[in-house]
Amino acid sequence: MKILVCISHVPDTTSKINFNADQTAFDTTGVQYVINPNDEFGLTRALWFKEKQGATIHVVNVGGPETEPTLRKALAIGADEAIRINQPATDGYSVAQALATVVQEGQYDLVIAGRESIDYNGGMVPGMVAKICGYAFVNTCISIEIDGTTVTAVREIDGGKENLKTTLPLVIGGQKGLVEESDLRIPNMRGIMQARTKPLHVKQTENSNTMSQTLRYEKPAPKQAVTLVENAEQLINLLHNEAKVI
Amino acid sequence: MPILVYAESDQGIFKKITQELISFARAIADQMNTEVVAAVTQDPSNANLGQFGAHKVLNLEQPSLSEFNAELVAEALTQAARATGASTVIVSSSANSRYMAPLLVVALEAGYVPNVVGLPQSYTPLTVAHNVFTNKATAFTSLQSSISILGLSKNAYGVHHYDTNAEITKQEVTLSPSSVEVISLDKASNKVMIADAEVVVSAGRGLKGPENWGMIEELAEVMGAATACSKPVSDLGWRPHSEHVGQTGKPVSSNLYIAIGISGAIQHLAGINSSKVKVVINTDPEAPFFKAADYGIVGDAFEVVPDLIQKLKEFKAQNA
Repeated sequence: MKILVCISHVPDTTSKINFNADQTAFDTTGVQYVINPNDEFGLTRALWFKEKQGATIHVVNVGGPETEPTLRKALAIGADEAIRINQPATDGYSVAQALATVVQEGQYDLVIAGRESIDYNGGMVPGMVAKICGYAFVNTCISIEIDGTTVTAVREIDGGKENLKTTLPLVIGGQKGLVEESDLRIPNMRGIMQARTKPLHVKQTENSNTMSQTLRYEKPAPKQAVTLVENAEQLINLLHNEAKVI
Repeated sequence: MPILVYAESDQGIFKKITQELISFARAIADQMNTEVVAAVTQDPSNANLGQFGAHKVLNLEQPSLSEFNAELVAEALTQAARATGASTVIVSSSANSRYMAPLLVVALEAGYVPNVVGLPQSYTPLTVAHNVFTNKATAFTSLQSSISILGLSKNAYGVHHYDTNAEITKQEVTLSPSSVEVISLDKASNKVMIADAEVVVSAGRGLKGPENWGMIEELAEVMGAATACSKPVSDLGWRPHSEHVGQTGKPVSSNLYIAIGISGAIQHLAGINSSKVKVVINTDPEAPFFKAADYGIVGDAFEVVPDLIQKLKEFKAQNA
């Protein structure tokens, strides 16, 4: 089975979010970049497929040379090869087009993408890749089992879960549940050493049509200090009369 | 060039998010001098969607759409968008809409912006404000496509009332079999869902053990709220995974979020950030959550919560 895991290169959760002088771009100064949390669960799940059923794992990112350390980390965790599509991740549309090219060229059986990245929260890339490639698609996927080309998957829905059946080739929008947090694989020394020599291919695609353009960013107004009260009665009073939420 | 709304329903009920969506679409339609067409997949005859601003209702109902299927809904909406000549499609932030929307984007070659927090900033080009960096910032994005899809954030726009009589028309759509089959559904049917809830009552490790959750459930019941928990509590197995809210759990965009015995780790805050009002109850005055809270009580949950339950019951009785 050929698995492609899509890796987003994102600022660490604890990063302070700041923008450049004219508020047109995220300020990367001093920001630590990591593998998008939702993608990590997918990467470990792919490793389980490799170990239990046999699979090759490729990881792919759309971005400039600055994303290569993140791809190397995915290689260190256990992926076999990495692909960097050399173009800025301008919007969901252009990223999905670029990824779809790699999916189609590589004829992957399973594509695992994080359901949403913590930076731009678009949540659109997995589904778009599936539709462009004509693959089946399961979003918010919290469990997946593959037997031949038959797939049983579980989708998290508002207020519960849906048990699904589908077939390869398939794209899933993955998240926690594919594996548990405690199961996440981390790079060990051997993995880090091996990652240095595993292949990292840089590709150009012809697709970089964008459908949207972000003009500027704004940070929220600084938050007012908390109003501390002493007891339940005072709280209820404020929630009813001031906040008007009860 | 009407505004098409994916007017979601669950078991034939058109929930508040759908009402908000239609009102939002109506405000846009009024600015663009056009009409709102609400596309439904379940019987709309008792829903009176005109009262929220719809001019027309397009009934796409058919057996294969009786249960939600992203592929089929996207295909039906694609045909509806083409049939109506829609310029804009409005969807919600529900799990189903987020599943379906990307498929629609490709079928219509549309530009899509989710997490929209208000009416467009401008119409030529269509420019909207939306949440990014997990609610830590707002982006202003213009769409360059001939059809646009906007995903409205929950609780970003209210329900408005109109006097419109929405005409219902049946629209036949031809659907190919889907590549995904639903085998079964596991739904906690009696409980309020976090995604829908106006109020969410959440608790963390400060509760010391799963045996202490009775008062949390009681508080939630008094408030008609959903129950939620922090990640450590979910990882420890004290509460079901479905209650975990936070960056790798469910997002919360309720009107009121009450956090009891939760310190306020950044990953937790990231997920609950778009709740309107946050209340924190914690014994530790240095708990980071107090910096993110609107209201707080520094105190022992085992004293404060029973007191809160009691006082809320009295409050409800007085205001009945």
